[in-house]
Amino acid sequence: MDALTGAWQWLTTAANWAGDKGVWHRLAEHVQISAVCLVLSCLIALPVALWLGHIGKGGALAVNLSNIGRAVPTFAVLVLLTLGPLGSQGEWPTVIALVLFAIPPLLTNAYLGIREADRDAVEAARGMGMSGPQLLLRVELPLAYPLLMTGLRSAAVQIVATATLAAMAGGGGLGRVITAGFGNYDTAQVVAGAVLVAALALAVEGVMVAVDRLCDPMRGRRRAARIGRGPGERRGARDDDAVAIGGAA
Amino acid sequence: MSVPWSLTAAAWPSGQVPADPGGPWLPQAAAPGGADCLVANDWICGAYLRTRSHELLAATVQHLGITAASVALGLLIAFPLALLARRRRAVAGAVLGLTTVLYTIPSLAMFALLTPVFGVSVAVVITGLVLYSLTILVRNILAGLDAVPAEVREAARGMGYGPARMLFGVELPLALPAVVAGIRIATVSTVAMTTIGSVVGFGGLGNLIASGLQGFFKAEVLTASVLCVLLAVAADLLLMAVQRMLTPWTRPRAGSRSGGRRTRATKAVA
Repeated sequence: MDALTGAWQWLTTAANWAGDKGVWHRLAEHVQISAVCLVLSCLIALPVALWLGHIGKGGALAVNLSNIGRAVPTFAVLVLLTLGPLGSQGEWPTVIALVLFAIPPLLTNAYLGIREADRDAVEAARGMGMSGPQLLLRVELPLAYPLLMTGLRSAAVQIVATATLAAMAGGGGLGRVITAGFGNYDTAQVVAGAVLVAALALAVEGVMVAVDRLCDPMRGRRRAARIGRGPGERRGARDDDAVAIGGAA
Repeated sequence: MSVPWSLTAAAWPSGQVPADPGGPWLPQAAAPGGADCLVANDWICGAYLRTRSHELLAATVQHLGITAASVALGLLIAFPLALLARRRRAVAGAVLGLTTVLYTIPSLAMFALLTPVFGVSVAVVITGLVLYSLTILVRNILAGLDAVPAEVREAARGMGYGPARMLFGVELPLALPAVVAGIRIATVSTVAMTTIGSVVGFGGLGNLIASGLQGFFKAEVLTASVLCVLLAVAADLLLMAVQRMLTPWTRPRAGSRSGGRRTRATKAVA
């Protein structure tokens, strides 16, 4: 309990929030680099995944990428990039590591989403004379939406977690509060930093869930379809399984 | 927590490289030509491997110990949780929701939150890793049990199988592929995440990565990173082999896959 009251005291001390090493600055660093990297990794991963899914090739790559991403330690990649030639280039090691670890969940989920889009619907659309791009944009993409958003959510959570680890390799962000606390043997600061990081991660997850609900192209319609399909549980099970594709860091 | 490898770890303070690289049993003078790469701080360095092999070994042993303990404990906790969740859907919602929330918390924050509870010890790392593995294990055990065909269950019940015999004799064998798949995912991600334990000095190979970062020692960082990936791959392959041994009926045979499964399922009942 000591640690909790200590952490509370740390959090309610205004001095800890101000300045270059204060919480506000660290939070801004964290959110900024996470947002930039999420956009960058979407720009890289989604076109590739949509295209591969549309032509139906590269499935082994898309699935194995997730397995590889899971086996490679985030911390090791961050340190390797920091010691490498890019180490002196400011935030670049962090940016590259964040993008690298966000690509697998995005790519795998988007690919599977397109691939597993209801074949009957796709065939019907083709029969109606839709062209390739029309098919992708108006049939496959809306059908892939749930998995696409699962991937986006995993990627966002992954990025926030990895950005925390960047502090261990000398980067900025909220993780710095924790590592500085460990460095000073200041348990109160360690716990306070951990609470802040956990709150940020949960908030990001919450925002992504809200975005998912708001942007759903089949809002209201999907549920009816699910009930009508009978063994509609399958769809739900798939959504849950896909969460595990992410991988914590 | 008195676990054997904590002894190795205690003799091995965090972030500190012993000043004397060679153990007493090693020839002290590494060939002068071979030490060049240490001076030049190359990424790949044979002299590093030779002179620090005992350090690498100790780190690998600690890494393996932490991973094995975490996955084993995770499995011990996940199994009853999954059974409970299967019984009551309300419990299932709570368990799945809670483990998902835990999975969202970044590992550095998780270890930091556990530090005041356990002090700076290996228990912090193992507890954190157990909590992460629960998410994957509970989901996979549940999915595996749910996928057991209803007719197989009916048949077993008709033959007079009680709940316990049904679980261990029929359902678990059939759920084994899904369970092992979960164990594989949990093991591979645990091997990778163990490195972050270096914040409290118990990160296995992660300790070497951290000390390599502090000393700007490239060979140490690269060697430890590569070893870490190799450990993950080796553990994955090992578990895959174990699963093949335990579930011979899932191997593709002359018949179709589901056909093979069906025959074995009936065999398990008989």
